[in-house]
Amino acid sequence: MGALNHKFNENILITSLDKLLNWSRSGSEWYFQFGLACCAIEMMSAAAARHDLERFGAMPRSSPRQADVMIVAGTVTLKMATRVKRLYEQMAEPKYVISMGSCANSGGPYWQHGYHVLKGVDQIVPVDVYIPGCPPRPEALIEGLMHLQKKMREQPVLAKKED
Amino acid sequence: MTEQEIYADLSSKFGDKVIEFMEEGTLNPTVVVDAGAIAKIVTYLKDEERFQFDSLMNLAGHDADVETEFSVIYHLVSTELKHYITLKVFTSRDEPKVASIAEIHRTADWHEREAFDLYGINFEGHPDLKRILMEDDWEGYPLRKDYVPAEFYRGMRIEKVK
Repeated sequence: MGALNHKFNENILITSLDKLLNWSRSGSEWYFQFGLACCAIEMMSAAAARHDLERFGAMPRSSPRQADVMIVAGTVTLKMATRVKRLYEQMAEPKYVISMGSCANSGGPYWQHGYHVLKGVDQIVPVDVYIPGCPPRPEALIEGLMHLQKKMREQPVLAKKED
Repeated sequence: MTEQEIYADLSSKFGDKVIEFMEEGTLNPTVVVDAGAIAKIVTYLKDEERFQFDSLMNLAGHDADVETEFSVIYHLVSTELKHYITLKVFTSRDEPKVASIAEIHRTADWHEREAFDLYGINFEGHPDLKRILMEDDWEGYPLRKDYVPAEFYRGMRIEKVK
C-alpha cells in the first residue's frame, strides 16, 4: 500500500478488503457439528481441552446455517448420504467440506462388501480437504483445518465469480 | 432348570410342535420348534410358574447357506430363576414366515423388524413390520446369502469402479 504504509505508526494497518475478509474467515472456521462414526470421537478430542480447536477459531455449530465447514467424520451410509447432501445444501456460501478418515474418503473397510456404504463422500458433495487415517489423529484433523485456512486465504470472495 | 428338562417339558406339552433338541455343534443347547407355534411356546415359557422366562435377550435371523432354510433364534432368560433357553425355528426360503412374539416380549418388536429388514422374514402378527435399518425404498434383503447388491441406489454408485 506504498505511500500510506507506516504513516500512522503502529495504530493503523492498511490492507485489501479481500485479505481482511479472508483473514477473518480463515480465523473462524466454524464447523458443522455432526459425527458419523469413530472419526467423530477424534473430532471431539480435537475440540476438547488437549488439542483445543478454538485456538484456531474453529468451533462446533449445531446448525448448518451457522457453519462454514462441514467435517464429514465417519462412514457415510447410503441412508445418511441423502441427509449429508441436504445438510450441505442448507449451509450458506462460502462453504467447505473436509472429508475425514478412510470411510469418508473412499469407503474405507467397507470398500469391498459394504452394500450400504457410499464409497467416498466426494460422490455427493465437493470435497476441499481429504484427511487420511482410520481414524485420523486430532493432529491430522488440525492439519486439515490449517490446509483449509490456507485455501481460504488464497480465495478472493469479493471478485465476481466466473461461470 | 436345565435345558434338557425344559425340552422334556415342552415336548410333553406341545408334542410334534417341538421338533428336536440340539446339544452338539451349538454354543447353547437349543430347542428347535415349529415356526407357527413359537408364539404359544414363548407365552407358555413366560407364564408358567416353574419357568418364568420373563426376558428375551436376543432375537436374530440367520441364513446359513443358499441351499438351506432361514432360521430365527430366540435367547430367553429368566431373571427370577436364573436359567436360560435357546429356541430356534426354521422357515422356507421361498415364503419365510414366523409367528411374531412382539406382543409377548416388547424386545422382539425391533429385533423382528431387523430380521425382516435384512433377511425378509415375515413375522405374522407384528404390530408394525417395516424396515428398521435400511431405507424404506431399499430393494432386496442384504444379509441373505444369495443377495446381489444393486449397482446404484438413488443415483449413488454402490460398487466402487475398479
